[in-house]
Amino acid sequence: MCSTCGCGENELTIHAHDHAHDPPHAHPHAHDHAPEVRRLALEQDILTKNAEFAAGNRRLFAERGVLVLNLVSSPGSGKTTLLARTVQTLRTEFPVAVIGGDQQTANDAERIRAAGAPALQINTGKGCHLDAHGIGHALERLPLPEHGVLFIENVGNLVCPADFDLGEACKVVVLSVTEGEDKPLKYPNMFAAAGLMLLNKTDLLPHLDFDVARCLDYARRVNPDIRILQLSARSGEGMDAWLDWLRQGQRSALARQVSRLEADLAAARARLAESAA
Amino acid sequence: MHELSLCESIIETLTVQTQRQGFSRVRRVWLEIGALANVELDALRFAFEIARRDTVADTAELDIVTLPGQAYCLDCAQAIAVHQYYDPCPCCGGFQWRLTGGNEMRIKELEVE
Repeated sequence: MCSTCGCGENELTIHAHDHAHDPPHAHPHAHDHAPEVRRLALEQDILTKNAEFAAGNRRLFAERGVLVLNLVSSPGSGKTTLLARTVQTLRTEFPVAVIGGDQQTANDAERIRAAGAPALQINTGKGCHLDAHGIGHALERLPLPEHGVLFIENVGNLVCPADFDLGEACKVVVLSVTEGEDKPLKYPNMFAAAGLMLLNKTDLLPHLDFDVARCLDYARRVNPDIRILQLSARSGEGMDAWLDWLRQGQRSALARQVSRLEADLAAARARLAESAA
Repeated sequence: MHELSLCESIIETLTVQTQRQGFSRVRRVWLEIGALANVELDALRFAFEIARRDTVADTAELDIVTLPGQAYCLDCAQAIAVHQYYDPCPCCGGFQWRLTGGNEMRIKELEVE
């Protein structure tokens, strides 16, 4: 028995006053003796907050006509070498910039700057991934490459970054042939989340037992829609296809921006004509 | 170990929700986690114990409901059950399927006071 009002305790594990009283009795006293317990249905994604920041970033990127790519891989897959080589070529064609995430050091950003592109290093400390909120802050210090391409080089980690949308157009997963060919099966969430896979360091294939066909088959099992390009950032082999893919993406981002601006302009003109009439 | 980030995000949601609705404490949290979601459940439970300290949820129990992997096979044109991203279709053995459920990471319900 509840010592205060006498209702049976076994019907009071949830002390909201919507339970049946048998026999019914009056409640003349205040019920501040036990907290009210309620069930709240939420149905909310755990990463809702990150998704909101990512949506804000994505809006900003679209307004400025920037193609944003989120590069993910294991440590040592050659992302920085690939990016240095990439920005060296593309910076003469349109604006490019790089945000790099590492737990410590600014070494990668220095390599990118040496290749001629603005770069900002985010040190995540103990953190294992970049998130959309951190990217928003990075953009306060690194001007957006308007009408160009922003590369986000994520922390070397094939697990955690898969879950965190940064507002990018596409995740690009880099896998090097010095790693196991079964990486797509071992880290399926990342390969499922990526739109493009780059198989890097192909210049080393003659010295290795890496089975390219098997690796590509594994990647397509996990993600039948994934695009795959093979290249060597070191020798330059296969780089043209990657650069063309980027040029095409940049043109598409620009075309979308133009369409949106034209629609805005048409709406503004219509409003002006309406107000003049 | 992004499970700690996930738990910090859960705690933030619990804090906002309890404040907004005028409650002071979370007693229980029900999560729905898909079988193919990128989450290690033991790590999530461990991280929750750490993340809940000195918050509205510092004695909250965590209940995790696992949701099954569901997909649609384009070759068979039917719904199938999957357990991993690299599972073949149980009917045709192919991989041309699209996930329709099983990657959820959701806060389903709370018990608050």
